[in-house]
Amino acid sequence: MRVMAQVGMVMNLDKCIGCHTCSVTCKQTWTNRAGMEYVWFNNVETRPGLGYPRRYEDQEKFRGGWVRTGRGKLKPRAGGRFKRLMSIFANPVLPNISDYYEPWTYDYEKLIDAPLGDDFPVARPKSLLTGEDTQITWSANWDDDLGGAPQHALDDPVLQRMRDKANEDVRLEYEKSFMFYLPRICEHCLNPSCMAACPSGAIYKRTEDGIVLVDQDRCRGWRMCVTGCPYKKIYFNHRTGKAEKCTLCYPRIEVGLPTVCSETCVGRLRYLGLFLYDADRVGEAAATEDEKQLYPAQLDLLLDPDDPEVVADARRDGIPEDWLAAARRSPVYRLAKTYRIALPLHPEFRTMPMVWYVPPLSPVVDVLSRTGHDGEDAGNLFGAIDSLRIPIGYLAELFTAGDPAPVASALRRLAAMRSYLRAENLGEEPDESIPAAVGMTGAQLQEMYRLLAVAKYEDRY
Amino acid sequence: MTLERDSMPPAGDGRIAPTAGPVDDGVLQEALLRAGRLLTRREVSPDLHDVYRRGGRAGDAFYRNRWAHDKVVRSTHGVNCTGSCSWQVYVSDGVITWEAQETDYPSVGPNSPEYEPRGCPRGAAFSWYTYSPSRVRYPYVRGVLLDMYREARHRLGDPVAAWAEITADPQKRQRYQRARGKGGLVRASWDEALEIAAAAHVHTIKRYGPDRIAGFSPIPAMSIVSHAAGARFVELIGGVMTSFYDWYADLPVASPQVFGDQTDVPESGDWWNSAYLVMWGSNVPVTRTPDAHWMSEVRYRGTKVVVVSPDYADNTKFADAWLPAQPGTDAALAMAMGHVILREFFVDTQVDFFTDFARRFTDLPFLVTLSTKDNAYLPGKFLTAADLGDTAPEAGHKTVLLDSATGEPVVPNGSLGFRYADSGVGKWNLDLGDTKPMLSMSGPGTQSVEVLLPRFDADGVLRRGVPAREINGHLVTTVYDLMLAQYGVSRPGLPGDWPAGYDDATQPYTPAWQEPITSVPAGAAERIAREFADSARRSGGRSMIIMGAGVCQWFHGDAAYRAILTLLMLTGSMGRNGGGWAHYVGQEKCRPLTGWQTMAMGLDWSRPPRQMIGTGYWYLHADQWRYDGYPANALASPLARGMLDGMHTADTLALSARLGWMPSYPQFDANPLDLAELAGDDPAGYVADRLASGGLRFAAEDPDDPRNWPRVLTLWRANLFGSSGKGNEYLLKHLLGTGTAQVRSGETPPEHRPRDVVWRDEAPEGKLDLLVSADFRMTSTSLLSDVLFPAATWYEKHDLSSTDMHPYVHAFNPAIDPPWQARTDFDLFGALADRFSALAADHLGKRRDLVVTAMQHDTPGETAQPGGTVPDWRRSGEQPVPGRTMPAVTVVERDYAAIGEKWRALGPLTERLGLANKGVTYHPDEEVAQLAAYGGVMSSGVAAGRPALDTAAKMAEAVLALSATTNGRLAEQGFRALEERVGKPLADLADPDSRITFADTQAGPVPVHASPEWSGSEKGGRRYAPFTVNVERGKPWHTLTGRMHFFLDHDWMAEFGEQLPIYRAPLDLSALFGEPRIGPDGASVTVRYLTPHSKWSIHSEYQDNLLMLSLSRGGPTVWLSVADAAAIGVADNDWVEAVNRNGILVARAIVSHRMPTGTAFVYHAQERTIDVPISEAGGRRGGMHNSLTRVLVKPTHLIGAYGQLSFAFNYLGPTGSQRDEITVVRRRSQEVRYR
Repeated sequence: MRVMAQVGMVMNLDKCIGCHTCSVTCKQTWTNRAGMEYVWFNNVETRPGLGYPRRYEDQEKFRGGWVRTGRGKLKPRAGGRFKRLMSIFANPVLPNISDYYEPWTYDYEKLIDAPLGDDFPVARPKSLLTGEDTQITWSANWDDDLGGAPQHALDDPVLQRMRDKANEDVRLEYEKSFMFYLPRICEHCLNPSCMAACPSGAIYKRTEDGIVLVDQDRCRGWRMCVTGCPYKKIYFNHRTGKAEKCTLCYPRIEVGLPTVCSETCVGRLRYLGLFLYDADRVGEAAATEDEKQLYPAQLDLLLDPDDPEVVADARRDGIPEDWLAAARRSPVYRLAKTYRIALPLHPEFRTMPMVWYVPPLSPVVDVLSRTGHDGEDAGNLFGAIDSLRIPIGYLAELFTAGDPAPVASALRRLAAMRSYLRAENLGEEPDESIPAAVGMTGAQLQEMYRLLAVAKYEDRY
Repeated sequence: MTLERDSMPPAGDGRIAPTAGPVDDGVLQEALLRAGRLLTRREVSPDLHDVYRRGGRAGDAFYRNRWAHDKVVRSTHGVNCTGSCSWQVYVSDGVITWEAQETDYPSVGPNSPEYEPRGCPRGAAFSWYTYSPSRVRYPYVRGVLLDMYREARHRLGDPVAAWAEITADPQKRQRYQRARGKGGLVRASWDEALEIAAAAHVHTIKRYGPDRIAGFSPIPAMSIVSHAAGARFVELIGGVMTSFYDWYADLPVASPQVFGDQTDVPESGDWWNSAYLVMWGSNVPVTRTPDAHWMSEVRYRGTKVVVVSPDYADNTKFADAWLPAQPGTDAALAMAMGHVILREFFVDTQVDFFTDFARRFTDLPFLVTLSTKDNAYLPGKFLTAADLGDTAPEAGHKTVLLDSATGEPVVPNGSLGFRYADSGVGKWNLDLGDTKPMLSMSGPGTQSVEVLLPRFDADGVLRRGVPAREINGHLVTTVYDLMLAQYGVSRPGLPGDWPAGYDDATQPYTPAWQEPITSVPAGAAERIAREFADSARRSGGRSMIIMGAGVCQWFHGDAAYRAILTLLMLTGSMGRNGGGWAHYVGQEKCRPLTGWQTMAMGLDWSRPPRQMIGTGYWYLHADQWRYDGYPANALASPLARGMLDGMHTADTLALSARLGWMPSYPQFDANPLDLAELAGDDPAGYVADRLASGGLRFAAEDPDDPRNWPRVLTLWRANLFGSSGKGNEYLLKHLLGTGTAQVRSGETPPEHRPRDVVWRDEAPEGKLDLLVSADFRMTSTSLLSDVLFPAATWYEKHDLSSTDMHPYVHAFNPAIDPPWQARTDFDLFGALADRFSALAADHLGKRRDLVVTAMQHDTPGETAQPGGTVPDWRRSGEQPVPGRTMPAVTVVERDYAAIGEKWRALGPLTERLGLANKGVTYHPDEEVAQLAAYGGVMSSGVAAGRPALDTAAKMAEAVLALSATTNGRLAEQGFRALEERVGKPLADLADPDSRITFADTQAGPVPVHASPEWSGSEKGGRRYAPFTVNVERGKPWHTLTGRMHFFLDHDWMAEFGEQLPIYRAPLDLSALFGEPRIGPDGASVTVRYLTPHSKWSIHSEYQDNLLMLSLSRGGPTVWLSVADAAAIGVADNDWVEAVNRNGILVARAIVSHRMPTGTAFVYHAQERTIDVPISEAGGRRGGMHNSLTRVLVKPTHLIGAYGQLSFAFNYLGPTGSQRDEITVVRRRSQEVRYR
């Protein structure tokens, strides 16, 4: 066992309002510069939807992440080392600019400078790549709030997989509308396929905190990392010719500040904290045969910071005391491992991603009440989770390689929390059978509630 | 974050490198790798997965350097939103680099979420504007005008003479008016631009009168000093400030009607206290982005969240129940819910908690007279003490109820009759003594009679029985009995037609009745109503409704609001933390209210100010009234007496002006400076005589007479022509005379033309001589302005910010000085005041100004017309009585050469007359001395010895010192004064030692404290909820009965059938204007045209911001449902044109299944500045969202001089509603051209 520390993030999608403040503060701070116009280290996707870049989750096309070989080993989907070396001068499999979007600006100065004419002056769109007039046909967030969904959303790879697998018909109709938002940054994976893909050895994972970075001096612009990353969270700066990616705001993390996206999240849904994990078992876990077992395998890597043996090993491996203290009060550990309500994004990519998500609960009661039941009754509530407006199968394809059980379990715990706390809110006797039904105690539900609802600054980060 | 820097290993120490891994490169490669491991000094993990290296981290420096900055400055955004978020502005090398949220809001307490962080993507994108290519860097003047001006100025040697000559020449005037909005702006110096503006002001005052000058700048709360600086200039010269809250249709007219209050709402932190939360027509994540977390978080306490919205809106994602009511039908749903609550919680069973609340805090027990009609009865007026024989003058404003113990009439304390009269001292309170008010009429002599009630959902009227009794010769019933009749809640033994049950769809207002109207299943309406009330019962009134523009901004939004408020008032959910209405439309809450008002209205130097209802102003002066297709009585009740027969809506406005109900400026067809000269010693009598004789006429009675036009308009912090201006094309055509407007409507047909207002066959085009604006970006308003000043941004000045959503006041601070030639609004108006004064010294000097004003709410003026009648002296031939049946008349002295001196000093009326607000007068004598000591005094001139206000920071200090929310001494003083009238303890609510200074607000957000300026209390750090002082301390609401009103007894309310809550459908534009019916027709489809607020802008601000455009569709859009798009063959992102009688819009389609069929969304305030091509239908630049809207005035909003139905600025007035519109959409050629 080798104990290592990783700064991880959990986002509670049940609280995400889809405002994109995170995207804008991140872009303003890090990427509003030449060559990076199309780049959003942090973006927010409406799901169902195509994402950014379009259909990035389709690894048949984009060849990101790892595949498990017959020998039980892992291999980058884009091909092994020799294949990559042999094809180093060929164009790697990359999203093209239209998969992201062609960035543009406007001839704003016309509004001031226009000579006297016969109509209102107007600012027209100009491509930031060519400088020419352009017509806007796609943007960084084209399908926000289900815009154009009838035309595009059926191509959502997650929706497609869900339909293929379950033969489930998800209809995009007014009465059956559902959506939620998925904010995304680099996953700072335990098993980063971008890193493995880089021919220059420019990508590395910091030992002290697990942040994955591109060494700007060593990067030679081969762009293999762009292919390698299944989340498409490495971008090619076409001005400098180098790869850039989310840095988890290490200049801030190092001075004790949360990332920009976390601190500016007005939904108050982001949590940052330390995970301890067993680095020696990462490879083995990532190579777990059954995709559905990848989430449990990754969960198993996360070490209990209160376990004396773990602490001893961590000390042996050079982890400082205050880091151990941070690990003990880590909100992300509690959400992921103690309460098991946070789940990894696309574990089947086998990169062991470290930005996890609490799945969105809503709306539950409505579904039930339409069947004539009392939606607030705890017993009914749990039954209803299977018939959520947001299909559970969709969430399972995102977070658990299609296994609905962990998603349902997380949602049941959230529902139980609401039901249990209602009694307290009304000054009535709490029903202790509610926490029991989800394998928790009332005190645990209360703690979870404080972390999710009260969510003080110092508890989030 | 718990990671500490000194705990970090030194940078460059460790990294995991990628070379190894359990990578399956085949057996050979693995063998090589294993061998290689022996050859390297790097550490490799046993499974070959990891290689550990040291060093090699120099490349990290790039991002460290990028993060480096020199300073961080606290500021905020003075945009018209309710965020009032405190931000950190980062500066590097003297350049603003980016912004991020502050997180240092004072704590809300250990068991609650906090306000941190507040912000949204729009605010986060603001710094883009600082250096954007559309930044206004210099003063600009329209080249055509500048040439003329320079020539005339040079020739005549006098700026005022030059302006007079240009504007007197019709050809010249038309030349520059027609150039408006068509480019051709040229740079001018500050001196020259100021001189033109000042000359125009001086000339207009001299030639036409100061009331021909107007200023418009909305929402003081968003930047209090910047607003006040300009308004102060306008008011000191006798100009007119036009209102915004009602003009924006953000004012819920139901609030003054029901509560006697403009609007008062809970801070968002109080959502956390709710036990049941309904979001009704309010898309909280989009329109209250920084507050939305309270809603998502309170769910975790088990609070149920219900959304009423026609589309699958952003907030629907959070809803436990979604009631997809069709647009504009909300009142039908609310009426049905009220039916269920009355049936189950009042009639079938009684809940003491509810009935006790109803007796004490609502008008339900009060008596209403019944008058006969068609063998039945009509609800008439509140029975008053005068009806019982009391002859005191105030008796007509004392309402009456019955004591359930004795059955005898009682005149309880607290009604309007106790508010101003000497007899009411100590009795203006809600004490009932031993009286237990009778809700339903009973006792000896009680009979069952049928009342007739209007309905608008179908033809005919309702006949329903109520118990009634004769009291002192008047047959009366209670408001409660009328409510049960109105809602169709039957009781045994009463005659009339009643619904058989919830499932009876034939009778209003059952759940089954509403289903075909709203499309909400009857069972859902019933269930949610029951849950709502039951939750209120169990939680002590903690059921809350967040209500928003989706309901408020309809023509009949006031009626819908009353139907929704009913649910809260019936369930004891008003005046509670966690309960009650939470109306979040617009930003009404300038917390340091009295100080702002003093500065902005110049009340420290002269009173009264000229304040105008915006909707009436733009309706008349943009000639929108000339296009009304219907007579005023088209919307009247089937039971109307015919009071509006023969009238055009413009006639109702003129009537309202002459009866002193609503203000009206310009005042008369004469210069008020000349009138003051002519009037002699009895100006009021003089004006009344001349009005009676017809020798003087209200300008509103002939708005197209050139003598009655507005001549100079100044806009700052505003985008009237790109954002708020309903009827954009009419504004362009008639007010500005651009010659490019695409008005398509025909004029009012001869048979419907006004009775009293003069119709001129030739409609004027180009009334305005000068349009001045200040902005930092090129808006539609900037493009149209004759003179455009470069404004400082919000990161370049000192100012104050507050909001209704949180309880703090905090500061703007300059991160950089205004770049290029930009100046703050404060500096602009200081310079303009000086320039004006210099020119005025010769041309105007000291003059007297005759000012007429409407009867004001919260003053004795609101008792002017007891009984709520229409004493139209023009029709009756009676002599008008100033201050009673016509506006009050005051003569104000204006020293025009000293405007600049007055503008920058605190005037003597501050302490001499005191500062009045909502009926409480403050005497800030100590504060005046403190301000003098703090900022120094002026050394000479008219303001010698007065406290200096010569910097924005000093004005901010004065605002805080003169407001009771920020100055505990004044709060205590005000509460003491109120105690005397109320006769109950209130002063303990104040924190007399607390005083917030500008420096405090610069250091961080500071919570305000309780003050009589508002109706709730923050005492002890509790969350703010409105009306808690009324409920907890027995202080009356500012209404006729002193209670919350279900019933409104003004003649015109009866005339429009709105005495009680009722459902009125969206306006039928087919019937009123001949627009097509909703649905497809060949290549086009007619849809409801809704303009909700956008995710990517705050009004027009940010809609041109590249970051926001990159995250959306990059230009104007129309959201269409799948079926409507299919009907006209439109795919996502196709160009479409939307056309109606008001104008044309060109935009791209967003097709989505989240939209209901038959409705299009064009998100609010998408201007024609970004990617708008030439329209096919009109051949000119496509319009903007308000090209398809226009002003429609609801006459009941014009009522005045009667209790809570009395004017106050931004408090009561006609709303510029815009939701009832429809439009025809069709696919256009996908080949677009721009010029």
